[in-house]
This record gives sequence, C-alpha cells and structure tokens, in this order.
Amino acid sequence: MRLMAQMGMVMNLDKCIGCHTCSVTCKQAWTNRSGVEYVWFNNVETRPGQGYPRTYEDQERWKGGWVVGRGGRLQLRTGSRLRRLMTIFSNPVQPSMGDYYEPWTYDYDTLLNAPVQEHTPVARPESMITGKPMKVEWSANWDDDLGGAPELTQADPVLRKISAEVKEKFEQTYMFYLPRICEHCINPSCAASCPSGAIYKREEDGIVLVDQDRCRGWRMCVTGCPYKKIYFNHRTGKAEKCTFCFPRVEVGIPTVCSETCVGRLRCMGIVLYDADRVLEAGSTPDPQDLQDAQRSLILDPEDPEVIRAARRAGIAEDWIDAAQRSPIYALINRYQVALPLHPEYRTMPMVWYIPPLSPVVDALTETGHDGEEAGNLFGAIESLRIPVEYLAELFTAGDTDRVTRVLRKLGAMRSYMRDLNLGRPAQESIAEAVGMTGRDVEDMHRLLAIAKYEDRYVIPTAHSEHGPGGEEYASGCSLDYDGGPGMGGPDGGWGPFGETSGGTTPIAVENFHMLAQRQTTDTIAAPRDKSQRVNLLNWDGKGAPERLFPRRDGEARPTDEPTGGGTQPGEPGSLDHDPTSGDPEPRP
Amino acid sequence: MNPLDVVLWVVVPYVAMAVFVVGHYWRYRYDKFGWTTRSSQLYESRLLRWGSPLFHFGILAALGGHVVGLGIPTSWTEAAGIPEHAYHVVAVGLGAVAGIGTIAGLAILIYRRRTVGPVFSATTRNDKLMYVLLTTTILLGLSNTVLGNFVGEGVDYRHTVSPWFRGLFYFSPKPELMAEAGLGYQLHALSACALFAAWPFTRLVHVFSAPLGYFTRPYIVYRSRTPQLGSRATARGWDRVGSSRR
Ligand code: SF4
Ligand code: SF4
Repeated sequence: MRLMAQMGMVMNLDKCIGCHTCSVTCKQAWTNRSGVEYVWFNNVETRPGQGYPRTYEDQERWKGGWVVGRGGRLQLRTGSRLRRLMTIFSNPVQPSMGDYYEPWTYDYDTLLNAPVQEHTPVARPESMITGKPMKVEWSANWDDDLGGAPELTQADPVLRKISAEVKEKFEQTYMFYLPRICEHCINPSCAASCPSGAIYKREEDGIVLVDQDRCRGWRMCVTGCPYKKIYFNHRTGKAEKCTFCFPRVEVGIPTVCSETCVGRLRCMGIVLYDADRVLEAGSTPDPQDLQDAQRSLILDPEDPEVIRAARRAGIAEDWIDAAQRSPIYALINRYQVALPLHPEYRTMPMVWYIPPLSPVVDALTETGHDGEEAGNLFGAIESLRIPVEYLAELFTAGDTDRVTRVLRKLGAMRSYMRDLNLGRPAQESIAEAVGMTGRDVEDMHRLLAIAKYEDRYVIPTAHSEHGPGGEEYASGCSLDYDGGPGMGGPDGGWGPFGETSGGTTPIAVENFHMLAQRQTTDTIAAPRDKSQRVNLLNWDGKGAPERLFPRRDGEARPTDEPTGGGTQPGEPGSLDHDPTSGDPEPRP
Repeated sequence: MNPLDVVLWVVVPYVAMAVFVVGHYWRYRYDKFGWTTRSSQLYESRLLRWGSPLFHFGILAALGGHVVGLGIPTSWTEAAGIPEHAYHVVAVGLGAVAGIGTIAGLAILIYRRRTVGPVFSATTRNDKLMYVLLTTTILLGLSNTVLGNFVGEGVDYRHTVSPWFRGLFYFSPKPELMAEAGLGYQLHALSACALFAAWPFTRLVHVFSAPLGYFTRPYIVYRSRTPQLGSRATARGWDRVGSSRR
C-alpha cells in the first residue's frame, strides 16, 4: 500500500444558482491576461446544454481520457505514444478558437469621444484576437439558462445518449447548473499525453500543474483531457490549467471559486488513497463500476491500518487529522451522496457532485402534492425518469439506480429535517429507508444545508519543513527573489523575445503588478502615459496629488519623470501616489 | 589563399557555430519560459493540417540527407561497395522529394501566416526574419539540387563542400575547397550560417525539444512541491544563516 494525500472538492448542485460569481472571480485571479482571454478555469454550464468548449463530452470526436484497450490494459484514447508524437506537427483533434469562442471587447472609445449628435453612438464589438470588428456568435455561456433551446440543446452529447421521447420533454421539465473546474484527477490523462513531461501531479496534495518552464507547446494535453480543462495560451505558446489555487491552499485557505461561491455549495478537503491500486481501479471493465472502484481507492482515515500507512508514507499528523475531518471524504465515502463527473473517462476525477433534487421537489409541488413528504418524494424520484436518466449519463456512466439511491438520500434528508424543524418527532424510519441513521442525516444536513465555513473547508497547510515555503508565505519580503522587483510587471518585465520570455515571476508579485496596472489604466493595452496617471483608488482625498489634473500648456515640467518619489514604473512604489507624503515639487 | 575566402569559409562559419552553441546555452539558462513552438493551431487548423506535417517531415528528411551527404566521406561509401552513380541517383531522388515536400509545406505555412488574420497578428518581427532566413536557405539548397542535376552539370559537392564542412569540426579548415564549390553552394552555405546564428534567438529552438524522452518515462509524472516553488530562491548550502537567503 502506497498512501498518498489528494486535495479534492465536492459541489452540491442543489444550491447552485448559476450566478457565475465563481467563474468571474477565478478569471480575475488567474486568467485576466492576454493569451488566455478565452479561458475559464472555472465555468458554469447550464444542463442540458453544449458545455464549454462546445460538445466537449463527445469523446468519439474529441478523443479525451483513457480507454481499456486490448488485454484489459489502460491506454489513452488517442492511441500509442508513437502515434501521438507523429501528430505533434498538427494535432488532428484540437478544439479551435471557434469551439471555445472568439473573445471580444467593445469599442468604448466611440462612446466616450462621440460628438454631440442626434443618435446614440454604439460601441461595436471588436475581436481581442485580431483587433478587428467582429460579429459575436458564440461565447462560453451562449446557451446559459437554456438560451437557444431546443435547437442548441439538441447538440448536447449527454442528451443524445438518452432516448428520443425523453429528449423532447426535457427542456420543459428540468434544468440545472454544472460548475466545472479541473478535476485534479488521480490518473490524469493530460499528464500522460504531455510529450515533454511538463504536467505533473504534486506528491503532497495531488494537485495537477503545468510546469511553464518545461512546456513546449505540443498541445497533446488539450486533446488528452476529456474535460477540456487544459487551455493553450496563444500568446505564450504554453498550456495552462486550473491550479486549484495552490498558493492559497498551501496556506490553508480555500480556492477563489469556493471562497466566493454565493451558494456556499463547495466543500474542500483531502482524502488518503492507495496509489498502488490506481491502475487496477482505472481498468475496471464495466464503466458503471468505476466509481465504486474509485471509492475503494479512497481509504478510511479512521482505520488504524491506514493511519499507520500514512505515517509510514511521511504524511504529517495534521494532515491525517484533516483527512479524518474531511468533508469530501464524508460525502463521497461515508454518506455516499457525491458522484464523480463522467467516471467513464477513467481519469479518476477528484471533483465530485451531489446531484440536484430541487427540480424533483418543484415538479412535485406543482402537481399539488406535498413536495417534502418522504413517501411522495421517493415515489417522484422513481417516476420522474427524465432527470434521473440525464443525471445518470453525467455521473454514473448511465446507471440510473446509483443516481436514484443518492436522490432518495437527499429526499430523506429533507423530510427528516422538516419534521425536526417543525417541532415534530423525528421519524427514524425515513432515515432507515435509505440505509442511514437519524444521526447521519443530521450530520449530513449540517454539512450540506448549514454549511459552516469551517465544516466546508478543512484544508491542512503545506509544511515548511518540506521546502522553502509556500508561494504565498514568502517569509520575509516577497520581492527579494532572484532579479528583484524590477523584473516583474506586465510591462517592462519582458525578456528580449517579447512577453513570453525571461524568467517567471512569483504569482504574488505578478498579481501585485497586474493589479497596479489595472487600477491605473483605462485602455485594454498599457497606455504610454500610464506611469504618469493618478490612481484614484489610493487617493484619500487630501491635497491635490501630482497629475490629478492635466498640466496647463507652457507650465514647467517638474524634475524627472515619471513620479516625484524617484520610483520607476512597474516598481511597487509607483502604486501609491501618497498625497500626504512630503513632495519636494512645487504644486501648481 | 585569398583573405576573403578565409573570412567567408573559416571565420563566418566558426562565428555562426559559436553563436549557435553559446546562444542556446544562454537562452536555455535564462529563457526557459520563452522556449516553445508557439503553435498557432488554435487560430487555424485546416491549412496547418497539410502545411505543417509536409514541412516538418520534409525538413527532417532533408536533415537526414545532409547528415549523410556532409558527414560520410566518399571513401566510406566506396569501401561499402556503393557505386558513386547509384549513390548519386538515390541522393538526388530522395533530396528532390524531401525538398519539394518542404517547399510545398513552407509555401502553405507562409500563405497561411499572411492571409489568416489571427495568425498574421500573432507573427512577430523575429518570426518574419526567421522565415526569410529559413526560406532563403531552403530555396538555395533546393535550387542546387535541381539546377545541378537536372539542368546543368552537377558540382561534385562530395569532394568540395563535404570535406570543407567536416574540416571545420576537426579544426583543420580548408577554405580553398569551398572557394571551388560554385556560387549556388556558396550562397547556400552562407545563408545557412546566418540561419544558424539567428537560430537560438528565434522559435526554432523548439527543434531541440523533440520529446524523445516521452518513450521511456512513466505516464504520470509525480513531483514534490519542494523545489523552488516559493517566492524566494532556495538557500544554497554555503549561504550564511541570517543572510538574505536564510
Ligand atoms: S481534469 Fe484536470 S487533471 Fe484531469 S485530465 Fe483534465 S486537466 Fe488533467
Ligand atoms: S458562485 Fe456558486 S452558486 Fe454561483 S454559479 Fe458558481 S458555484 Fe454556482
């Protein structure tokens, strides 16, 4: 038994309101740079719908993930290693920009600089790829809230798998949101497809990352990932992916998407698993059994045998403790209400989902029945085949029984807790009907419905004795790395071969400069006079900072450019034009 | 010996080789992040599907041809019992096929670069220079093969260019051989020198990333978080405790 710790997430789909806060905050944190305009490490799809990129779930077409080949051996769907290398000059199955969408902005200048005129000026969309005016025809969320249904939903690869009669009624009966990030798979096919070996899984927490210094832009990983969660940065020529916010996780705070989730529906924690049995579990012949195989990989952290093995593997005590309190272990293995997304891709994904029950309750209530009465609910789950079949295609490789079992547990929780909330005696029989105890149901309710911050996120911090410290720790000044602060920044920090070249900047520093730049700019590219502007966000209202107003013609220029403080653009000092600090220059 | 010959066939090639080697070392040391193919497939793949494999497989074949043609002395092939004429026919035949494939691929790629909007806007000045050098060298090379063998009398490069090229590597340069080689070969050699000198500073560096290690490594790479992920450089053994690094 070779024990490893793995960071994971469970999302409770019942509570997702499709607000896209997670996507937006993630984008602000990670992909607000040029080259990744079209990239959403976190995206929220309306189901049924085509997803992002379009129809990515159609593996006949996109060839992602693993398959069981001849002799029961696991192999990538794209074939042998040689076969992949023969196609590196032109990847036959790489999604094009059109399958994601062509990112655009608007020509806001027209609005700002339009003369007085009779008709309201219009800002036309402009492509962020070519800079030319374009017609907006698709986006990451074009079919949000079933927009364009039923025409667009016809192309949903999941819907295609279920029967025609079900398909027709679908749009009227059921809709839910599916937030997606990288699954940080236990057996990542992206890493297996990478010719350079640049994609790796971290030993300590299982987070899958792309080494930007070793990536050579071969693009095989984009095809390899069945969830299409590897993106190609077209400016730097490197692959990028969700990082599970490792700089945050290392210091014990949840990912940005989890932290900002309005529905508070994401749980994060670690599990301990047996790395020696991953291949065996991934090669399980029947895809419907895959999730149980994966569940069996995930070990019971209370088992003394497992604890001993964990200590032998060098896993620290606080990590073992975190594994015991892990909300995701509870939802995946103890209550068994979480399901993996598309287990049939055989990558052993580690972001699991609790399927939504609310639509069933709603449908029931609409018919005039009591939607929270256990008997009614159980009956409805059995008879409402449509949502169950669809959910089964998403989460259990088509096995409706497993979905039904989970929905029954969720239904039981509702009825059981309603009795308690209304001051009625608890009906243990409801819990028993789904193979749980009243105590379990209450615990589960606490985790899913009350969802306290400290219950949702049990994230052990990275250990400094394992290395020089987490990315965000930077004990001491985070700027005193090789090359110093002058290196950083989106401008001025370019190497001799354009923005892609030169050493990498620590994320904290890069974000710092990025923020500084965004606060002081109002164009999509860095304006020439950016360093001479005043950042009003940092102005406390006292005095008149230098350059708050444009200079009058003929006025003498004060000493050297660009700021009186002697700082250079891109250096941290230029961020705050502190008006109260002693400024030797005469004020106009 | 003519001083110009010495400059052209001794100094220039050695300078180009030095820049090539040191340049790569420097680029790898300081610019790993910039070391990439910078693929443009995301923008367009219909033309790329034809152009890129044609060009790349063609140029790999041409590379093989150069290794054999420049690297193996006539005496060796004769000792192996391969008649000069047979060697020549095979070399010219394969060379022409590879050359035409390369040129066709390159033509498609350049056409694509110019006409597909997003690809064109992603083209840097550096790329343009690289394309000029690469195209010139390839065209000159192909014209030597075609003109020399199908149109006029062939220059016997195996007794001029090849020994000169090998001489460079065992440090006994023979510029006088190259001076006899004919204008076509001379220009081809010079433009190749320019190309090699520019090589480390262009995206051509991706040639040295040919991922052959993929065949031997395990599928999933595990790496510890330990090395250098933090914002600070790792302390070296000799750094004093209490210094900026420790
Ligand atoms: S979901 Fe993430 S870890 Fe899994 S294959 Fe895709 S990119 Fe790799
Ligand atoms: S922030 Fe939460 S509720 Fe909103 S879309 Fe994302 S996952 Fe759903």
